[in-house]
Amino acid sequence: MADVRLFHDRTPGVEEYEPTANYWSYTAGLGLAILLTIASFVVSQTNLLWPPGIPMGLIVLAFAQIGVHLVFFLHLGSGPDHTNNIIALAFGLLIVFLVIAGSVWIIANLNWNMMEMPR
Amino acid sequence: MSITTIADFVPTELARGRGGGGPAPTRTVVAYGFWIFLLSDFVLFSGLFAAYAVLSGNTAGGPTGSELFNLRNVFIETMCLLLSSYTAGLGALSAERRQPGSFLIFSAFTFVLGAAFLVIEAREFARMAAEGAGPSRSAFLSAFFTLVGTHGVHVTSGLVFLVYMVAQVVAKGLRPHVLRRLLCFSLFWHALDIIWVGVFTLVYLMGAR
Repeated sequence: MADVRLFHDRTPGVEEYEPTANYWSYTAGLGLAILLTIASFVVSQTNLLWPPGIPMGLIVLAFAQIGVHLVFFLHLGSGPDHTNNIIALAFGLLIVFLVIAGSVWIIANLNWNMMEMPR
Repeated sequence: MSITTIADFVPTELARGRGGGGPAPTRTVVAYGFWIFLLSDFVLFSGLFAAYAVLSGNTAGGPTGSELFNLRNVFIETMCLLLSSYTAGLGALSAERRQPGSFLIFSAFTFVLGAAFLVIEAREFARMAAEGAGPSRSAFLSAFFTLVGTHGVHVTSGLVFLVYMVAQVVAKGLRPHVLRRLLCFSLFWHALDIIWVGVFTLVYLMGAR
C-alpha cells in the first residue's frame, strides 16, 4: 500500500477521520507559542543577543511564532486539501512584504536625500 | 499509449486537491474562502504596519514608545490572547466531537480572556490619552493608535462573532452548517493572534528599547 500512504501527508494532529486536530496538537502549539513569546520579551529586555542584532532576532522569533500559529492553530499543512491555502498564503505574504518593506525602503531613501531643514 | 496521470494510480478519494476525486468537500471550500478574507485582512494590516514603521520616529517632541509602553501589561495581554486562542481551538474541537457542554465552557473561557485583553488595552489607551499622549499628539501616536486600535476593533468584532456562534449552537445545535461557521470563527480568532504577534514585536518590543 505504498502508493496509498504517499497521500497521507497531513497536518500535525489531524486524525484519520477527524476534520480537525486533537487536544495534544493545540497544547503543543500553546507551549511553543508561550516559549517563543517569553524568548521575544527576554531578548528585547536583555543583552543576551548582540545589541545591534536584537531587532533581527525579534523578527526571527516573530516569524517562528507565526509559523507555530499557522501549523498548530490554523492547521495549515502540506496535505492535498491545503494546496490552495498555501498558494493564497504565499501571495498574501508577497503583498504584505512589498507594502511594508517597500514603504520603509522608499521613506528611508527620501529621508536620506532630504536637504537640511532651515532652522 | 494513453497519458497516465496521478489519478490513475491512487483511489480517487485520496487524490483530492490534486485533480482527482471530484469537487472538494464544502468544509474545505468554506475554509478556503474565509482564508482569502483573512489574507485580505492581513494586507489591510500591512498598510497600518508600514505606516507605523515609517512614522514611529516622528514623535514631534512628544513622548516616545519607551516612555509610554508598559511591557508587563503587554505580556499579560499577549498571554490573554494566546490562551483565548487555545481555548477557542479546544472549543472548536469539542464542537467537532459533538460535545456542546464543553464547547460552551471553552467558549466562556475564550470570551473572558478576549474581554480581559480588551479591558487592559482600553485602560492603557485611556492612561495614555490622560497623559496628553493621545492620537493627535504626534505622527508616531497617530500611527500607534490606528494600528493597535484596528486590532482592538477586530478583537471586539471577534467577541461579537463568538456570542453569535454560541447563540447559534444553543438554538440550532451542532449541525454541519453551524460547524462550518464555527470553523470560520476559530480561523478568525487565531488570525487575530497572528496579527498581535506582529504588533507586540514591532510596536512594543522594538519601540520600548
